[in-house]
Amino acid sequence: MLTLVLFTPLAGLLVLLLIPSSAKNAIRLWANLTAFAGFLVSLPLVSRFDKSNGGFQMVERADWIPSLGAKYLIGIDGISLLLVMLTTLIGFLAIFYSWTAIEDRVKEYYAMFLLLQTGMLGVFVSLDFFLFYVFWELVLVPMYFIIGVWGGPRKLYAAIKFFLYTLAGSVLMLLGILTLYFQHHQQMGFYTFEIADLMKIDMPLGLQQWVFWSFFVGFAIKVPMFPFHTWLPDAHVEAPTAGSVVLASVLLKMGTYGFLRFSLPLLPKASIDQTIVQALAVLSIIGIIYGALVSLMQKDWKKLIAYSSVSHLGFCTLGIFALNPNGISGSVIQQINHGISTGMLFLIIGVIYERRHTREISEYGGLAHVMPKYAIVFAFAMLSSAGMPLLNGFVGEFTILQGAFETNWVWAAFAVTGVVLGAAYLLWLYQRTMLGQVTNGRNLNLPDLRWSEMAVFAPLIAWAVWIGVYPKPYFDILEKPVAQLVERVRPGYFAGPPPGEAPLAAPPVAPVAPAKAGPR
Amino acid sequence: MNPISQYYTATDHFVLVPAIMLALFGCAILLLDTWIIPNPSQRKWLLPVFVLPGLGLTGFALWRQQAFLAASGSAEITAFQGALTVDGFSLFFNWVFLIASLIVALVSYKYLEIEGEHHGEYYGLILLAQSGMFFLATGTDLVTLFIGLELMALCFYILVGFLRTDKRSNEAAMKYLILGAFSSGFLAYGFSLLYGMTGSTKLRDIASTLAMRDAWDPMVFLAMATTAVGLLFKISAVPFHMWAPDAYEGAPTTVTAYLSVASKAASFAFLLRIFMGPLAASRASWEPLLSIVAILTMTVGNLAAISQNNVKRLLAYSSISHAGYMLLGLIAGNPTGIKGVSVYVLVYVFMNLGAFLVVVALRRKDLLGEDVEDLAGLIHRSPGYAILMLVFLLSLAGIPPTAGFLGKYYIFLSLVETGHYLLAVVGTLYVAVAVYYYFRLVRSMFQTDASVTEPLATSLGLRVSLAASAALTLAIGIYPEPFLRLAQSSLTR
Repeated sequence: MLTLVLFTPLAGLLVLLLIPSSAKNAIRLWANLTAFAGFLVSLPLVSRFDKSNGGFQMVERADWIPSLGAKYLIGIDGISLLLVMLTTLIGFLAIFYSWTAIEDRVKEYYAMFLLLQTGMLGVFVSLDFFLFYVFWELVLVPMYFIIGVWGGPRKLYAAIKFFLYTLAGSVLMLLGILTLYFQHHQQMGFYTFEIADLMKIDMPLGLQQWVFWSFFVGFAIKVPMFPFHTWLPDAHVEAPTAGSVVLASVLLKMGTYGFLRFSLPLLPKASIDQTIVQALAVLSIIGIIYGALVSLMQKDWKKLIAYSSVSHLGFCTLGIFALNPNGISGSVIQQINHGISTGMLFLIIGVIYERRHTREISEYGGLAHVMPKYAIVFAFAMLSSAGMPLLNGFVGEFTILQGAFETNWVWAAFAVTGVVLGAAYLLWLYQRTMLGQVTNGRNLNLPDLRWSEMAVFAPLIAWAVWIGVYPKPYFDILEKPVAQLVERVRPGYFAGPPPGEAPLAAPPVAPVAPAKAGPR
Repeated sequence: MNPISQYYTATDHFVLVPAIMLALFGCAILLLDTWIIPNPSQRKWLLPVFVLPGLGLTGFALWRQQAFLAASGSAEITAFQGALTVDGFSLFFNWVFLIASLIVALVSYKYLEIEGEHHGEYYGLILLAQSGMFFLATGTDLVTLFIGLELMALCFYILVGFLRTDKRSNEAAMKYLILGAFSSGFLAYGFSLLYGMTGSTKLRDIASTLAMRDAWDPMVFLAMATTAVGLLFKISAVPFHMWAPDAYEGAPTTVTAYLSVASKAASFAFLLRIFMGPLAASRASWEPLLSIVAILTMTVGNLAAISQNNVKRLLAYSSISHAGYMLLGLIAGNPTGIKGVSVYVLVYVFMNLGAFLVVVALRRKDLLGEDVEDLAGLIHRSPGYAILMLVFLLSLAGIPPTAGFLGKYYIFLSLVETGHYLLAVVGTLYVAVAVYYYFRLVRSMFQTDASVTEPLATSLGLRVSLAASAALTLAIGIYPEPFLRLAQSSLTR
């Protein structure tokens, strides 16, 4: 089942390679069909998913490299389910949107996208660290080409910067993985990369901290957390629209997902170590505020949204390191929200860039008069990103702040300024581009959204409203896995708050069976 | 009883057959080429009629040795009173040499035609060089090893200067010869000290005698240091790497490819035999030394490669940095590390040969095809070659799921296992540096427009070899299990 979801894009890619590159429309059609099929086959995951089960589901296991102890082991829990669904949907929409946007080297473009799609899905479903690492690195190459071949004027620089930054992080992460792997062999006597096995080892705090920092470099660069964010604006600005969408919506989530899936459960002692928690929270808060302030100053529309990602992802990491159910589930929901709303915002920039070929904010103004439908869609995206109640952003940010507050009210106090600033730069952007009178003559005759463009936005808006109005199914899906995660990191958390800690307003779940917790 | 039979027993013969085959066919080609072939156009028959059967018979002899070891259950066959030892280690490396020779022989025909230097002795020298390598991997006696090394090196001196009318080729051969002779002198000096201290040329006896002496004993240290200098020269480790970029650039590209993989693999086999054998006991003194050399090698190799505009020179520096990674496996020195070196050598053969073969393919009558710009727009000219080159470069950089990742994986794992964290961090960070210069080539191929638009014209042998190298590079990366078992067998020694 999961294998099907995982390899549908790859299978489509193999067929795609047989189509001659001159048959552009055939290639486009096939790529769209493949991506749509990829989305369709992922739908049954939702209906088959058992919310009451906190462990991994739909697990598939096969031997891969027995000499290394690496297995083909995939499965999903609530966290990965949501990210898989986000990936298949966004991947399809990005490919669909590219129909008119890409005229040059069409075959290679779609080939890269389909490869990327398999790589991203692989990251979210792997339960074997080796397999995970292979997919993790596999993502780099197609993304490099998407930015570097179909990107903007500084594409070469942006592409290699993206590649080198993330690669440097991931090779250091590899050392951490190998340390864990070796420790497991020392303690248990056999080599394995299976996460469930690696969770059983007992490592001293000092070693856990080292491994944590090595994971941190890999994941934090991907998120990207401050101060590793400098590749992001370049990559986003230069990437083609669909590339930016996938980069922002899905690729960045690989980093936050890494923290949730690997750092926390594999290194529980390091994850509650006060130095580490404080450091990560402070970096997240700096990211939130710094990203927002820099966004305020941008003259380039796309760069503004790129920096807003730094700010929004700061919320996600802050939620994770609040280390309580609200923080973590809020973080996961915010990751989905960011995927939806920032994906929309990048599409919006793509639409206008295709018509005017500039991203200077000062070139625009009063577009709402010329393109009313466009203005409405933009309003949705903007408000969802700014966190207006009844849209998705609010749910995520609110829950994260609640979680942060439970752990340390100072964090929440600082983070909340990010919400205010977020509203400020987004509303100001909207005001400068959409409202007022049309001041630039070249904007007078811009065509409004086409039906095909509306079709791209429609599912995203619907999803944003759904999460905003009725988020309960999402919290239900996340409840068990998040509770397990918290129990793993802070054993006895649900049994009752230890003295000195602020009691939870309402513990969201009953105590889970402690049997799954690691050796103490 | 025939008196000769005690000096040349049936076992001795059994062990020696691969070398005999190589030498026999090598010499036969030399003779035939001068005396019997009157018409140069008949040279094209040399390859299928002599080279391939020669390599085939060598392979058959190796296979019989392997089968014998497997059937008898013993770990090794010794011959000539312990001067030669066939074990998993030697067989593994001999297979590697065989593959390299085969691929190089297959691709050379058209290239040499273009260069106007298609002579039979080229193939003869390749076979003779391989017989030298056989002794490097199989020899367990100082004299045998030294002669094997010189046999290989002499063939390479000639091969590097094979383009008689090309200045660069002559210069390269001269440099290589002088520096090579110099380093052989060092090696001979070290060997004589080893012999003087222990009274034996057999590695096993030397090892047991040296084990009783202190690692910091001045004589032992001197012997270790001079031996190490000679060996480090052969693997082109910094600071003994100066010859490599010039020799690689000047040599015919097919020879460069052969030099960079086969000669390096043989030298590593030699290095491991010496350092894990006689010098194993003085690890305390050579470990810090080699650690510094390894760091320097990776640093110089990677940093110098960044600014190269000649693809062969760039790959030369990259191959220097790869030697640094392989040295790390020796420094870790545990079974994982040694297996890591074996795996690295195996995958290195395919990926590095592949990369050089693409450079071979770029050569035309009117175009050297060695500059980074000559790769420009290759994706438009010959998309197949561009994609294959991408696979090789990703593998050289060590990005999964290609074979190169596994080589680095074992090296890093062995460093982690033995607690060499600093070396591991340095090694990993240079992966990112390496990607930068490998991706200069990728950028040229995929992201710039072609100055020439016609597709590459290549021979069948080249296409087959390229496809096979790329297929193996990917196959080892995606499903490495059988190859890892093979490398595991190299540990039995």
